[in-house]
Amino acid sequence: MFTYTLRRLFFAIPTLLVISFVIFALLDLAPNDPTGDLPLTIPPEVREQIRASLGLDQPFLIRYMKWLQQFFINEPLNIFESLTGWQFGDGERMRVLSWATRSPVVDLIVQRLPQTLWVVGLAYLFGILIAIPIGVISAYKQYSIFDQIGTFISMVGYSVPTFFTGVLLIVIFSSYLQWFPSVYDTNLRVTDFASFMAQMKQMVMPVAVLALYNASQITRFVRASMLDNLHQDYVRTARAKGVKERAVLLVHVLRNSLIPVVTVIALGVPTIFSGAIITEQIFRVNGLGQLLITAVQGADMPLVQTLTFIFAVLIVLFNLIADVLYGILDPRIRYD
Amino acid sequence: MKNVKMLLAGTVAALALAGGTAHAERGTDGDLKILFWQAVSTLNPFLSAGTKEVLASSIVIEPLARTDEKGELTPWLASEIPTVENGGVAKDLLSMTWKLKPDVKWSDGTAFTAEDVIFTWKYCTTPDGGCAQRAQYEGVKNVEAVDPHTVRITFEEPKPYPYSAFVGPQSPVIQAAQFKDCLGTKAPGCTAANFGPIGTGAFMVTDFKPNDVITYKANPNYRDAAKPAFASITLKGGGDAASAARAVLETGEYDYAWNAQVEPEVLETMMAAGKGRLEISFGTQTERINLNWTNPDPALGAKRSTTEAGPHPALKDPAVRRALSLAIDRDIIVEAGYGKSGKPTCNIVPAPAAVASTKNDSWCLKQDLEAANKLLDDAGWVKGGDGIRAKDGVKLNFLYSTSTNSVRQATQELVKAMWAEIGVGAELRNASASVFFGGDPASPDTFQKFYSDVIMYTNNFDGTDPEKYLAEWLCDKMPGPANGWQGQNIPRYCNPEFDKLVGTLSKTADLEKRAELSKQLNDMLTEEGAHIPLVHRGDQSSFSVTLEGVKMNSWDSQVWNIADWSRKK
Repeated sequence: MFTYTLRRLFFAIPTLLVISFVIFALLDLAPNDPTGDLPLTIPPEVREQIRASLGLDQPFLIRYMKWLQQFFINEPLNIFESLTGWQFGDGERMRVLSWATRSPVVDLIVQRLPQTLWVVGLAYLFGILIAIPIGVISAYKQYSIFDQIGTFISMVGYSVPTFFTGVLLIVIFSSYLQWFPSVYDTNLRVTDFASFMAQMKQMVMPVAVLALYNASQITRFVRASMLDNLHQDYVRTARAKGVKERAVLLVHVLRNSLIPVVTVIALGVPTIFSGAIITEQIFRVNGLGQLLITAVQGADMPLVQTLTFIFAVLIVLFNLIADVLYGILDPRIRYD
Repeated sequence: MKNVKMLLAGTVAALALAGGTAHAERGTDGDLKILFWQAVSTLNPFLSAGTKEVLASSIVIEPLARTDEKGELTPWLASEIPTVENGGVAKDLLSMTWKLKPDVKWSDGTAFTAEDVIFTWKYCTTPDGGCAQRAQYEGVKNVEAVDPHTVRITFEEPKPYPYSAFVGPQSPVIQAAQFKDCLGTKAPGCTAANFGPIGTGAFMVTDFKPNDVITYKANPNYRDAAKPAFASITLKGGGDAASAARAVLETGEYDYAWNAQVEPEVLETMMAAGKGRLEISFGTQTERINLNWTNPDPALGAKRSTTEAGPHPALKDPAVRRALSLAIDRDIIVEAGYGKSGKPTCNIVPAPAAVASTKNDSWCLKQDLEAANKLLDDAGWVKGGDGIRAKDGVKLNFLYSTSTNSVRQATQELVKAMWAEIGVGAELRNASASVFFGGDPASPDTFQKFYSDVIMYTNNFDGTDPEKYLAEWLCDKMPGPANGWQGQNIPRYCNPEFDKLVGTLSKTADLEKRAELSKQLNDMLTEEGAHIPLVHRGDQSSFSVTLEGVKMNSWDSQVWNIADWSRKK
């Protein structure tokens, strides 16, 4: 198992390098321009100077190599320096700078992480917590009214887009009932009970929208996996031995059913980091998803490149984690 | 002596109290909540010229003079506007002298001097800095201090309209002490300064989260001790225009939402909640359809849409250009897409009133299908079996492109239907705004390339003087392969008469004569059909009913007088 993990990690390096090149090439080929958003009153000569100051007048390969150096050497060194307080060289090295804000991309990402983890991460967690019991009961009482309703809701949650449920919740709970704020306050610091309640209030709607979406997906997996196992021979054996129904369901069936579900959940973790672009935009949570979409719209290439690459790393990493977890959870699977 | 001072101070305080109004004291009205649906990326307008960045920074850093809501120049950090009459502008128009207000302090308490003004010029003109406001300092030879509160600007050649450098929100003065190590290529590295410029304005930055939220607090060193009424500002960014307007008009969570670019009927329903109002002001924005004077035929390859491709086979006929304009009902377009924030227009320079022409309103403002049809009939364009007119094998079928935007797509549909009535066909196309306006020479979809027959978008000019703007239609400003498709003469209009008249304008100092020339130039463009002006677009923002003192201003920043804003008690 250990050598397998090492081998996979080793193979991830060329994979990620290729991915970074493909992203860079795709972004370069896209007909976007960082000066596209500027008012037309800015004359063409000035636009040309702006492009040159962003380094856009250099050839493609040089820009790519520069990004590689900035991202793989300069940024890690910087993080290392700030963690340890040591200094390498004069400490002055070119970091990956966003074109829109002209500030280091990594700082932007670090600033955005808390919102995204709180809102999107919590929604993922709630989604899982809701999905598992519903999936279990739905499968155990297949075709019952509970199963029908559960299936209906998960179909609705899965097929109705978040830009609809989000706006619907705003219209009902912000405009009409005025219970929750429609705009997320990223400046809010939880210091006492009142600010904690304010934080809860502003998180309710975005978390609910995303949790519904996540739960809908995972419920289907849990239900399908439970159904597979419920008809297995070992279940019949357990029942014949006189094991209590509760134990059969929760110990024998559920544990075996969760093996594929855990994989699905692990594979879904990177989507927490990539944020929920639409939901963040609707509620103005301004996390990583909103950062990515504004960067795409503003043709902020270094930011898009760095963010998408980090997502690529996470996806590769969690694929590996899912595989390893599978091996740990399922004794039948051995990689070595 | 000390006692006298105390007495005086006491009297002033007593007077202030006796005044008794809500606006007499600084910071008594709490937090002002502003919502921008496009988040602010930086607070240095020299590094990003986006409207949102310019607006957000104008709360903090200020220019020497601003244009007020009536379109008149108002001294701001200067004590008066230099003119030829008061001797501030030299008779030979080669230099001007600004007198700065004494006792203006930066928010850190240090004095504001001529050195800061000079530094600002150096900051923006240092090579390789990529200063986005470089054009504001065009023609400036030198900026020097006569004394600590007097600045002289000398120009390379006579400048009849010198109010560009240090005037308006695009050209504010930054603090020399703060930015001294940020010249040229070092500019982007000064993140702390770019995110928190020290200013002379009514508020100072306390926290900046790029592309998210800015917090400001009242500047303790602001020159008017009684202002601003608000203690702090929270400026949140992100989302979309409709939900931003809703947060002010319907839920009342915010006091001011910038740019309510939303369909009129949607705004109506939000207004029903009674929590907010819309304020509209008109600047110089004109939505227009540019006609391609060159041939965009794809068969011409790299030559398409350049002078080498030759004139447009159909649009070279003045009758066609005139008929296309006559067929359009501008009132319907305004009603459907703009509501109160638009007016039908036939001018490319629709304002200020002094330079806005009315010459062509008689024939152009009202739809006249009969006249349009007759023009085309007389010119020999005959309707074919499909209802589309043709002559000598050339069909009046146009590729009509614009940027992606719901109002523009609705306008395209309307215009297409109107043109169909005179036997003109249109194929509609749209491209994402960042591509359309992006100017990437490799992309075929930019408005500069103009690989279509007609193209629709909005343009405007900063301030109140249209000279630079009218110079965009000079023959040598045509985009083409030679200049990397950079150039502002999008219709590829070329008229030596026009070029000559622009030359005269650039040498004329008398304001009345300038206005006359501007009108003439504007009329030439409309009459000859370089484009079809459609809508004079206003700026529209939503404000809480509890907000007082707002003066919407399209000539300057919308928050130009934020020091005077207060909460209704």
